Amino acid sequence: MKIGSGLPVYRGVAIGPAVVYRKATGELPEKWDAPEQEQEKFDKACVEAREQLSRLYEQAKQTLGEEQAAIIEVQMLMLDDLDYLEAVQEEISTGSSAAAAARQCGESLAMMFASLDDEYMKARAADIRDVSQRVSGILCGGGEFRLPQGNFILVAEDLAPSETIQLPRERILAIVTQKGSSSSHTAILARTLNIPSIVQADIELDDAENCLVLAVDGFLGQWYADPDVDTLAALQVKQSEAAAKRAALEAYRGKKSITKSGKQVLLCANIGCPADAEAAIAADAEGVGLMRSEFLYLGRSDLPTEEELFAAYRQVAETMQGRPVVIRTLDIGADKQVDYMNLPREENPALGLRGLRICLEREDIFRPQLRAIYRASAYGCLSVMFPMVASVWELRRAKAICGEIRRELIAQGYQLGEVPIGIMIETPAAAVIADSLALEADFFSVGTNDLTQYTLAVDRQNAGLGEFYDPYHPAVMALLAQIAKSAKAAGIWAGICGELGADPKLTETFIQMGYAELSMAPGRILELRKLVCESEV
Amino acid sequence: MQSFTYVIRDPLGLHARPAGLLVKAAAGYASAVTVATPSGKADAKRIMAVMRLAAKQGMELTVTCEGPDEEAACAGLKAFLAENL
Repeated sequence: MKIGSGLPVYRGVAIGPAVVYRKATGELPEKWDAPEQEQEKFDKACVEAREQLSRLYEQAKQTLGEEQAAIIEVQMLMLDDLDYLEAVQEEISTGSSAAAAARQCGESLAMMFASLDDEYMKARAADIRDVSQRVSGILCGGGEFRLPQGNFILVAEDLAPSETIQLPRERILAIVTQKGSSSSHTAILARTLNIPSIVQADIELDDAENCLVLAVDGFLGQWYADPDVDTLAALQVKQSEAAAKRAALEAYRGKKSITKSGKQVLLCANIGCPADAEAAIAADAEGVGLMRSEFLYLGRSDLPTEEELFAAYRQVAETMQGRPVVIRTLDIGADKQVDYMNLPREENPALGLRGLRICLEREDIFRPQLRAIYRASAYGCLSVMFPMVASVWELRRAKAICGEIRRELIAQGYQLGEVPIGIMIETPAAAVIADSLALEADFFSVGTNDLTQYTLAVDRQNAGLGEFYDPYHPAVMALLAQIAKSAKAAGIWAGICGELGADPKLTETFIQMGYAELSMAPGRILELRKLVCESEV
Repeated sequence: MQSFTYVIRDPLGLHARPAGLLVKAAAGYASAVTVATPSGKADAKRIMAVMRLAAKQGMELTVTCEGPDEEAACAGLKAFLAENL
């Protein structure tokens, strides 16, 4: 038995086989065999790549829809393309290693596409690179990992948002990462999926790979590789106690969230993709307080079309059955990057071109998204929300574009819903001028993660700054009080959608400050409702 | 040898998805199948080649089939194009 610890990000106990996710090293082999053997290796790698892609295809079809999954289908066809296969064969026969040939031939085909005088076909170069890198990745050892049958505990150095999107969510029992912080995307994913997880864990990937059973205690932030009989028994007791506690919360399903003195708050869910809306309903969320749109843009090689976005938003609107849904427009940049947007590399992305700033600079990205949101508004109760606002003019300009889009769609004969327009309050600037912004916005939602990071000048991705990242800092609390006050004075509602929204230590404080909505990972809702209903405030 | 022409109606042209479907459809026949635009020609069983045509809406495609099942191939692909492109 080996034991270690880390920072717990979601409470619970999980026991199961570990799967280690390693990033592809991409290092070509130094020695290789005769052409005949290399060709054989290449053929095998293609079979493996095809299997990976077909798994990915099935997954994508379920979670992202047929349209997006078609991209993967095209990649599968590329893998069967004789132009590619013959070029590789030729390269291997002249003495290259299979890995080098796979990569080189993919690269030259990609270059050929990149040089075409057609924007769409130019962009296909990314697909070709993706496919040939997958094959060469398999040949170099590493790359995509093999998933076992059934459920597993995921162990990794760290996980990028574009990597987590490819994982079979329903089969992950727990996540353990060596890096990451409690507000990293791994942690957010863990909370969305309600799975016990540990970040900054002192676990060796080799140990995780070699153990038969891994146990994760998300209460204490401890992990056990091959736990002994006594430890395992104790963990199983803890696991069933946690399950019993969850069952007790079921009494609060279907109830309103009202304190004993009659103050009501709306407890909503934060979601990332349309499939999460099901989880929100299952968790008895009273709405969606934050739908992060960026996951519709990650893990792909070109911008989603208006139709794709519309389909996703419509699905959420319909799934939520008339409960309010707040859709945040694209918040890319900072820790979430997409290659195909060709945004410049930045020294300081958290202070760079991100959130609404990108949308105002790049209307080619912004307009299709707004059209999709407005069109989907006919199918439910949608609001739109802009991230990273610092000045009143930004909101005014975004609202002007919304007005144009609304008129344009009505002229085209679309039925539209009302679509209130709100903003995230996550820059200290927005918090300080909340009274002016409240005159222009229909609602506020506070992103406490970024508000804390910007107020305290502490990078939330930097695991080494742990104790300096203090969301309870009096400066953050003072801003939160001021935001609620400004909203109330202007007669608009304010909510909280950052991690603090689910912090039971602050729930009463927020209600007293005047917050009308708290949005959180779906799994926390019943727990918070119990707390609200038992509260005297 | 048999051939026919078809004018692309899809606003996106012969983009990746229909190209993939076309390659799959062509692969179902033993005959050699080529697809040509005014500016180029490609083996319809090779997706990279078909995509490289970058054929757009309004462009005329000439599909040529040659082999034991050329008649069936032409009829099948004609129906396929009418439905998908």
